[in-house]
Amino acid sequence: MSVALSAVDISRALTRIAHEILERNGGPDSIVLMGIPTRGAFLASRLANSIASIEGREVRVGTLDITLHRDDLRLRPLRALVPTMTPLGGIEGRNVILVDDVLFSGRTIRAALDALGEIGRPKSVQLAALVDRGHRELPIRADYVGKNLPTSKAQSVKVHLSEIDGVDEVLVETTEG
Amino acid sequence: MRHLLSTADLSYAQANKILDTAKEMARISEGPVKKLPTLRGRTIVNLFFEDSTRTRISFEAAAKRLSADVINFSAKGSSASKGESLKDTAQTLQAMGADAVILRHSASGAAQRLASSHWTTGSVINAGDGTHEHPTQALLDAFTIRKHLRGGTGDLRGLTVAIVGDILHSRVARSNIHLLNLLGAQVILVAPPTLIPLGAEKWPVQISYDLDAVLPLVDAVMMLRVQQERMNDFFFPTAREYSHYYGLNSDRLKLMKPNSLIMHPGPMNRGLEITAESADSARSVILEQVTNGVSVRMAVLYLLLAGAPNEGGDLI
Amino acid sequence: MTDYLIDGGVLAHGKNVQVLISDGRIVEIDRIVSSPNAVNAVRVDARNCLILPGFVDLHTHLREPGREDSETVESGSRAAAKGGFTAVSAMANTFPVADTAGVVEQVYALGQAAGLCDVFPIGAVTQGLAGQALAELGAMADSKARVRIFSDDGNCVFDPIVMRRALEYVKKFNGVIAQHAQDPQLTKDAQMNEGFLSSRLGMKGWPSVAEESIIARDVLLADHVKSRLHVCHVTTSGGVDIIRWAKARGIQVSAEVTPHHLLLTEDLATSYDPMYKVNPPLRTQKDVMALREGLADGTIDVVATDHAPHSAESKECEWQAAAFGMLGLETAFSIVQATMIDTKMMTWSDLADRMSTAPALIGGYSDHGQSLRVGSRAHIAIVNPTRGWQVDRDLVASRSKNTPYHGMEFSGSVVATFFRGVPTVLDSKLVRSNNGN
Ligand SMILES: [Zn+2]
Repeated sequence: MSVALSAVDISRALTRIAHEILERNGGPDSIVLMGIPTRGAFLASRLANSIASIEGREVRVGTLDITLHRDDLRLRPLRALVPTMTPLGGIEGRNVILVDDVLFSGRTIRAALDALGEIGRPKSVQLAALVDRGHRELPIRADYVGKNLPTSKAQSVKVHLSEIDGVDEVLVETTEG
Repeated sequence: MRHLLSTADLSYAQANKILDTAKEMARISEGPVKKLPTLRGRTIVNLFFEDSTRTRISFEAAAKRLSADVINFSAKGSSASKGESLKDTAQTLQAMGADAVILRHSASGAAQRLASSHWTTGSVINAGDGTHEHPTQALLDAFTIRKHLRGGTGDLRGLTVAIVGDILHSRVARSNIHLLNLLGAQVILVAPPTLIPLGAEKWPVQISYDLDAVLPLVDAVMMLRVQQERMNDFFFPTAREYSHYYGLNSDRLKLMKPNSLIMHPGPMNRGLEITAESADSARSVILEQVTNGVSVRMAVLYLLLAGAPNEGGDLI
Repeated sequence: MTDYLIDGGVLAHGKNVQVLISDGRIVEIDRIVSSPNAVNAVRVDARNCLILPGFVDLHTHLREPGREDSETVESGSRAAAKGGFTAVSAMANTFPVADTAGVVEQVYALGQAAGLCDVFPIGAVTQGLAGQALAELGAMADSKARVRIFSDDGNCVFDPIVMRRALEYVKKFNGVIAQHAQDPQLTKDAQMNEGFLSSRLGMKGWPSVAEESIIARDVLLADHVKSRLHVCHVTTSGGVDIIRWAKARGIQVSAEVTPHHLLLTEDLATSYDPMYKVNPPLRTQKDVMALREGLADGTIDVVATDHAPHSAESKECEWQAAAFGMLGLETAFSIVQATMIDTKMMTWSDLADRMSTAPALIGGYSDHGQSLRVGSRAHIAIVNPTRGWQVDRDLVASRSKNTPYHGMEFSGSVVATFFRGVPTVLDSKLVRSNNGN
């Protein structure tokens, strides 16, 4: 088990992503950050805070539960639904930035795109991920990446955030067998 | 929990989990996407030994909205076959790979019997067993009350609900009594003494024979259907006398609190237990109960079936 | 014929004895028998055992003729022998109904052919158990089966005129009407005891009053016409009270209780497992205690099994569709010991009375229920109150497996049974023998 990102690394990566988002979208006004629970939601609100402190203005932020849109539920333990919260004004005509902790097969993001479809029709959809560990199974890529982390499939990536895990860190574990 | 047989089996947390999940399902159902991939590849059987088009359609809509494959199996008219058909049918469905069986049966306990037998390994959802229970009806009733009187969250503490009519033969009443109690509401049963079961004095409810005295106290009133066959069995003298004392009419509407709800599990006998004016009044949430039924049943199917086979059901 | 020496056991009242059996009778009974024949007799080890008169059952469903798939006279006789019984009373609700001399003679003959115990047919009170026209009670009484007990069991003789006439008519041959006390209108479609539990389980209730009102009516009728009434399977504390009152008035009434009503309660219905569905239904703990007290003080005269075999299909279904009834012969003794002896409510002499002497007297089975002394018929049950066992439905002698006791453990068991001086059971196992008569 090794530490791939420390608390400082995570903080620095998020600040960088915040700047990139602002730059690419020409300021905070057209943006809606939609975090994918559980940890993507915390990352989205951190990004929102970061953008607010850079710009001195609030940015719209919400959560998008994608559980019901997954087609692989049978392969994993049942999870509770988290309410999807759309910020005031909705997503219609906005640039939606999906925020997740780890980008892996891309299936979560495919489900997120479906889930987004039932809320409204955004102008564009972009993707921010703290870690991209490769092994994509769908034609999906991230627009903003905290860190590219080449891993083998036998390894697992654990993102810990202080809001829920008490500590900020990203770990890479090699599972036996 | 692998099955949903009775609201008496639910914990407080489980009941709230179902209602919270149903809320999400309702939100999605309001959007443009009507079909979710959630239960793709799962086979759900509607096994109905008793006619109930509305319940079957509701479960079918819920299952289809979650992309499950639905098989409708009407085994009606099998009363002559002395019940072997439940075992035989269940084994047939098992061979067809049913992940869940939604069972409607005229015998009390049929769902529990099926769940505890080795006839099927799938989840069993009780869609009404004799005069015992109808848990999804109670869940949709609670969901409806919560939405209107509690802003769609939390429990039902502080509310008073009257259940009026044929308590003796009502599976809806039994399921509601357990669940409303669990969620903290106070329940008052109102009926002529002949339609209150012997032993109900030990239920966690108040019992009244006087609807007029109860109506001013309640936040919601559930009117139960009076079956035609009760008329011939001395439970009350005439339909007219029943309506006179226990029917919800316009005079009685005036006794109710301003924001109180009028509910009915359907199908209604308009003019007997409820007048058209009451059923169609602004306080009536009867049609909304139908809509909420689909959301609640989606939630139940999701919680029982969505997870990995051996891990699923941890949530409820 | 082989001689047998029962060695090392005690009689019901506690006396340590050896019992020498020859030619179907007890020829010597003493601390140490002196007869030289004892040397060549087959020795039956009865250490730690009680030697009791063979048990007599007044209420047995043997299903033959008509439902041989669930029980035959022969298979039922084996179950009886395993339970320590040397006589059983075959209920009349067969197909065809035992309402003629022909049918009762057939059943009696089947019992003699099986040769494991006496099978005394009970005749129907009314033709076809329909409750309307009296069956030919006299012809059945005069037949080779010598019927003395008449019952429409399964159905209640509900019409008071029919009941009155039946009670009167059987006085001619000292017969007795065994009534299944159940008001049919108060119990239409009933499934279980009526009360809190039935209200919660949503099952149609079977009120105590449906049983008690018939018992009350019938003891008054029996008093009025001065005839004998036997009340089948009493299940309620109110029923016990009425019978106690009737006996105090000198009314000729006797009553029975089943082992299952001494042990089990309605709470078992919460499983909706039809193995616990029985007519009359299991009642409350309060009723169970009243039944035990009634049996102990003699208000209830006998234990009767209501052994009711049913095929697997009749129970592998939902409760409402299932047949009523449960097996009883092979477990009866163990349950009576557990509920009445181990609780110190009855002595072993009481048990011998309730399970042998009293039922033989009610049925007029003069060959049975005799106290064990020189010259009496060697109908004997040897029981070991400390030899425990676990009920296994796959090991029953009965053709059906509908025992509610599967997996239950009991502390006492039947070790050996002698019928007419020949062992039918030894070491708790059935003996295959050419039953010399
Ligand atoms: Zn009976």
